[in-house]
Amino acid sequence: MNDIRPAILLFVAFTILCGGIYPSLVTGIAQTVFPHQANGSPLADRSGRVVGSALIGQPFTDPKYFWPRPSATAEFGYNPLASGGSNLGPTNPDLLRQVGERVKNLRAAGLAGPVPADLVLASASGLDPHITPAAARLQTARVATARGVGEDVVAKLVADHTEDRQFGILGEPRVNVLALNLALDKLTP
Amino acid sequence: MSAYDLTETVLFFAVLLAFTKPFGAFMARVYQGERTILSPLIAPCETLVYRLCGVDRNEEMEWKRYAGAMLLFNGVLFAGLFAMLMLQHLLPLNPQKMPPFPWPLALNTAISFVTNTNWQAYAGEQAASYFTQMAGITVHNFVSTATGMAVVVALIRGFARRTTSALGNFWVDLTRGILHILLPLSLVAAIVLVSQGVIQNVAPYRSVPLVQATDNVQEVTIPMGPVASQEAIKELGTNGGGFFNANSAHPYENPTPLSNFVEILLILLIPAGLTHTFGLLVGNPRQGWGILAAMLVLLILSFGILQWAESDGNPLVAGLGVQGANLEGKEVRFGLAGSSLFTVATTGTSCGAVNTMHDSLTPLGGMVPLMLLLSGEVVFGGVGSGLYTMLAFVVIAVFVAGLMIGRTPEYLGKKIEVREMWLSIVTILTAGVVVLIGSGVALLVPSAVASMANPGAHGLSEVLYAFASTANNNGSAFAGLNANTLFYNLLLAVAMLLGRYVPAVAILALAGSLAEKKYVPPSLGTLPTDKAPFVVWLVLVILIVGALTFFPALAMGPIVEQLIMIR
Repeated sequence: MNDIRPAILLFVAFTILCGGIYPSLVTGIAQTVFPHQANGSPLADRSGRVVGSALIGQPFTDPKYFWPRPSATAEFGYNPLASGGSNLGPTNPDLLRQVGERVKNLRAAGLAGPVPADLVLASASGLDPHITPAAARLQTARVATARGVGEDVVAKLVADHTEDRQFGILGEPRVNVLALNLALDKLTP
Repeated sequence: MSAYDLTETVLFFAVLLAFTKPFGAFMARVYQGERTILSPLIAPCETLVYRLCGVDRNEEMEWKRYAGAMLLFNGVLFAGLFAMLMLQHLLPLNPQKMPPFPWPLALNTAISFVTNTNWQAYAGEQAASYFTQMAGITVHNFVSTATGMAVVVALIRGFARRTTSALGNFWVDLTRGILHILLPLSLVAAIVLVSQGVIQNVAPYRSVPLVQATDNVQEVTIPMGPVASQEAIKELGTNGGGFFNANSAHPYENPTPLSNFVEILLILLIPAGLTHTFGLLVGNPRQGWGILAAMLVLLILSFGILQWAESDGNPLVAGLGVQGANLEGKEVRFGLAGSSLFTVATTGTSCGAVNTMHDSLTPLGGMVPLMLLLSGEVVFGGVGSGLYTMLAFVVIAVFVAGLMIGRTPEYLGKKIEVREMWLSIVTILTAGVVVLIGSGVALLVPSAVASMANPGAHGLSEVLYAFASTANNNGSAFAGLNANTLFYNLLLAVAMLLGRYVPAVAILALAGSLAEKKYVPPSLGTLPTDKAPFVVWLVLVILIVGALTFFPALAMGPIVEQLIMIR
């Protein structure tokens, strides 16, 4: 059993190398070259106070804000300490009951026509910061009314906060809800 | 499928295939001990590691010693991680004051990471300290991956070498894999991921006020941590254990469509490259391309079915006035193709990271990842383990074809005899036996049935998926199932151990047996294994073995649920 020595020593060597030096090196480079991203892409409100992250969604229910996707995180929606999806299967009665209630809420808020799927189906992370441009467009009138500004002003803000596919190819066009709502607050407190 | 989805998919496969040849050739040089462009930097470190750890790099091992060293090393790894999880509260870098893991969970988690499964019955942001994530889980992501690569390299030597018992040196293969391949690539990938928004720090969690506070919640706590360094090797090594509970769906693990693209690429990079490494080392690159073709056919087929099933949406939800694809458990930014590609890549390989909640896929859509697991993780497969399991399938395909056309079966100039068939069959059927017996036992235990999150046929799929995932060392889940119970922690740990080490030892025995054989030059009667008909035959053998083993179980799970859904 002269293999015991390398087994233990290599375990120690790789723990130092892959668990100490490598992550420290990545941290050092990341904090130097991309400090904003490495520290969680923080977002500030108009007073400069950090109120969240461009990557982590927040719950909104007030009519003067754009509403995000439903979130299935534990305790309360958009709980960053409990990331995860609903894990409800497609035929689960609970899923259909929840979706039915969400559709009813949107109808009560004045939304007519087909409901975009992202507004009533929970995301995988429970923290999805985005909605589709279609889901944002359908909320523009409500937000404009609640804030007493022209619909075109809000629509322009939505357009400004719509990201295209990355490089025009990858992923989907999307609207960052928290960033958009912070911009609205800067416009009309 | 939209034109954008199609473009992204085609682009993805083009990039993957562009990398396969040069990267496969690079890995071949590394495992031959030849110089590469990184040698000036890394060779001195390698020498230092050997000197400090008492490794004689020129010493050759026969298969029993190679297997013994592998098992011994994995035993040390297990003990190290188990101790770290149990003592987490005493160790540094724990700003959130995480308590120790309870022992059944620590046992399950340690086995999970040592076996390259990365099944997680805990939520990272609520249970693991930064020290555990870096010095424990990240380290195991490297070493379990390099272990799988070493085993497949030994098997390749078994095919390539003649009348010898020497298969190489486990310690050297392990060290070369980590130093020359995994560390440099992870470093580059981690920085690319940070540029997209993956976090990398050791700061305490950050509390922020909600923009619209509610009666119950005025502020939330956003977790932090050294995520990028772990994310890179997690995908590259087909490990799959998430820093956060939501895994690669979490915006801090996978923030943009580009990070998603890079992560899928990392998952498939080494398994694809190894097919070419294999071709080069056995002296006939066409043999490697044949295997790559069989894997590609199965992966693209799976992707097509999943994409179709999900884009059609859920008819029960559509009945409520909702329009669009099945977005339950999906993120907006990835798009449907980005979600589907990730899902087939992560389950075709033994990765098990998820950017989509598989539990919420449509029934037929969910059957695709399940089927990829059940086929034994050969659609690219785990780093190392995918190729060696695929080669066991090749041995069986050669043997069955040989019987049908009445010839002595041989592959790469080696006669396939009773011993080789036995070892190949053990490799392939171990996981299936564990899945069926394990799921069967679980369905008889009331507390295990109570862990199901969804009623009816979908609940059965959850249990079946849990055993398929662990026995094949994947680690993804139909995550509704509450697996953090004594029953599942222990039984699934057994499934992971059997699923990893029985095939790995059988493969090393196969390597030993093949290496000792004489070379038989190809004759007119030799079945060509590098031509299209054999590729088709190989795909059929994989599908038939998978279907025969699992059809009854699948019929009661996803197939019944699909019928209920469209009724």
